[in-house]
Amino acid sequence: MTAAEAPPLRLLYFAWLRERVGRAEEQVALPDGVATVGALRAWLCSRGPGFAAALAPDLPVRCAVNQDFAGPDAPVAPGDEVAFFPPVTGG
Amino acid sequence: MARVGVQTAAFDLGSEAAALLAGRSDIGGLGCFVGTVRDSAAGRPIAAMTLEHYPGMTERAMAAIAAEAEARWALLGCTLIHRVGRLRPGEPIVLVLAAAAHRAAALEATGFLIDWLKTAAPFWKKESFADGGEAWVAARATDDEAAARWRAGAVTPAR
Repeated sequence: MTAAEAPPLRLLYFAWLRERVGRAEEQVALPDGVATVGALRAWLCSRGPGFAAALAPDLPVRCAVNQDFAGPDAPVAPGDEVAFFPPVTGG
Repeated sequence: MARVGVQTAAFDLGSEAAALLAGRSDIGGLGCFVGTVRDSAAGRPIAAMTLEHYPGMTERAMAAIAAEAEARWALLGCTLIHRVGRLRPGEPIVLVLAAAAHRAAALEATGFLIDWLKTAAPFWKKESFADGGEAWVAARATDDEAAARWRAGAVTPAR
């Protein structure tokens, strides 16, 4: 499957990550060589100062892939729904 | 089967308890926890609290937490309701009900459910202070420790 045919990633951002990146969701093509949550986070950081302010390595960021909590080594594939958010504070 | 819900509207403790108990004579105890909005954080007065969630994942996570409680304790009923949106001090945020034949299971399961809800369901709180400032609430290590004590096997579930 070529990049042109691959379904995009659906990216979601919550709480202060959403405020810093300036959007709640977007669709992006999965870049070549990005196959894990950690690699996706690093690539997103390079997209601009708002993304770096939300996703820099020293920040407490959690992730979910297709609505399940996912660590940095979790795989990411075209068509996935990937969410980045702070540690949860409900209850 | 647990009743799980995310809603902006207030819930009514009495009617939720009555619904869980309706037509049942096998239940011997109903554990209950209601979380409410405090009027200050570290001494700074709060005007409102705004709660955000991840529609879809939040409901799935709550159902999974309820299922875990049902696997650990012999529950005869379980209700989890969490509010989102802008809430004022004194308003209820979260309701946990757990029914069992005996009180130990009902009370333990209630404690487990609120501890896990605070650490494993995607909700986020933003405090709006009376002085006009705003801040996202940071996750607390004490909440993780409270959840971890259920994981460590320190509590043997009462049946």
